[in-house]
Amino acid sequence: MSEEKKVRILIAKPGLDGHDRGARIIARVLRDAGFEVIYTGCHQTPEQIVSAALQEDVDLIGLSILSGAHMYSFPRVMELLKERNAEDIAVIGGGIFPLDDIPKLKEAGIKEIFEPGAKLDDIVQWVSRNVVPREAMAV
Amino acid sequence: MSIVDQILSGDTRATARLLRDIDDQAPSAHAILKELYPHTGKAHVVGFTGSPGVGKSTIVDQLTQLYRSDGLSVGILAVDPTSPFTGGAILGDRIRMQRHFLDEGVFIRSLATRGHFGGLTKSTNDMINVLDAMGKDVVLVETVGVGQDEIEIANSAHTTVLVTIPGMGDEIQAIKAGIMEIGNVFVVNKCDREGARKTARELRNLIELGVRRRGDNGWEPVILETEAAKNKGIQELYESIRKHRKYLAANDQGQLDEALQKRARTQLLEALRDEALKTLLARLESRGASLDAMVRQVVSRESDPYSLVQQVLSRELK
Repeated sequence: MSEEKKVRILIAKPGLDGHDRGARIIARVLRDAGFEVIYTGCHQTPEQIVSAALQEDVDLIGLSILSGAHMYSFPRVMELLKERNAEDIAVIGGGIFPLDDIPKLKEAGIKEIFEPGAKLDDIVQWVSRNVVPREAMAV
Repeated sequence: MSIVDQILSGDTRATARLLRDIDDQAPSAHAILKELYPHTGKAHVVGFTGSPGVGKSTIVDQLTQLYRSDGLSVGILAVDPTSPFTGGAILGDRIRMQRHFLDEGVFIRSLATRGHFGGLTKSTNDMINVLDAMGKDVVLVETVGVGQDEIEIANSAHTTVLVTIPGMGDEIQAIKAGIMEIGNVFVVNKCDREGARKTARELRNLIELGVRRRGDNGWEPVILETEAAKNKGIQELYESIRKHRKYLAANDQGQLDEALQKRARTQLLEALRDEALKTLLARLESRGASLDAMVRQVVSRESDPYSLVQQVLSRELK
């Protein structure tokens, strides 16, 4: 019998932004693509997001933000992942970002940013191509 | 520090990674589970079952708060269904437990059933053991809420809590009476809704039937009404669960022995079933025999499942 590995993804909304339709749609689309999606909802602090990501041993964190607070939350999440030795967890973002900020976010370690108008299929394709389930621990 | 030592000292990442390997059925997980096993047996395992939407996650969240106030650490396993069509899952129980995310004393893990029927996953028992070995005083297990959940969880937990809501009266009547014999604590949640008293009464009737049938074994099933979202009735629920634990520990009628043996038997049979099937299938493959070929024989009526199984077993189990 083969090992049954699934990509685990955490979808969360940091900060005060309560508009979660996009995040919910992404969660559903990713489920339909065969991934396991842990959806933690709105009003998460970067600390809460990273704590959940570690307990759930996810391969990918997807942050949804429409409020403009991305230049705080995103780098803060990257900082916390570094502190907890968890830089192997990939992070992507979706939502509304000023064009100038996108390169800065990528420099901070965010692997990809999806803006309004991004095709759902493109997002799924990106995940399928760039995220693999973690290898089992060597004993 | 070895992985085992990390887990025993409560390390989050090592624990989370082992849970992942167990979930993915990595063979390497067994070696670690073997070493952890002697360190299990301390945690109180409480299972929560009941239809989707009755409020299990909210109840677990509220109870966790009370456990923490009493200085006890909590491990939570929340199970949600895998889509049979896509193989994916949305694991959303965590949303109800946000206030515990930053508490080092609470470890929450969301699980998908991954094709396993029944309310738990294939490896829930192993994961309970890991959280136990990690040092959690209590492990709360929340099932999917359909089908044979109740039986599965009762075989894996020390204390089983069955949650329902008002208006499911008819459904309760239709439910196999056996369920009533399995639960230790029964909760009518969302009791602000119409019909709460009626539902509690119907539960009581069914439970009494069950008790009369199985004879008095010393624990009188408790029926409680709660409004978990408003934290009403949760203190009483907490106390009932702790009372059940004390009752088991007293072991004056062998009830603890019975509970422990039930858990162990379930684990053993599960592991045996799993490994036996894996081994048989591997042997078939190494012989060049094909499962697909056997499937075709069954479909075409060239052979039948019973003869094929007999052939396989007589060959492999000499």
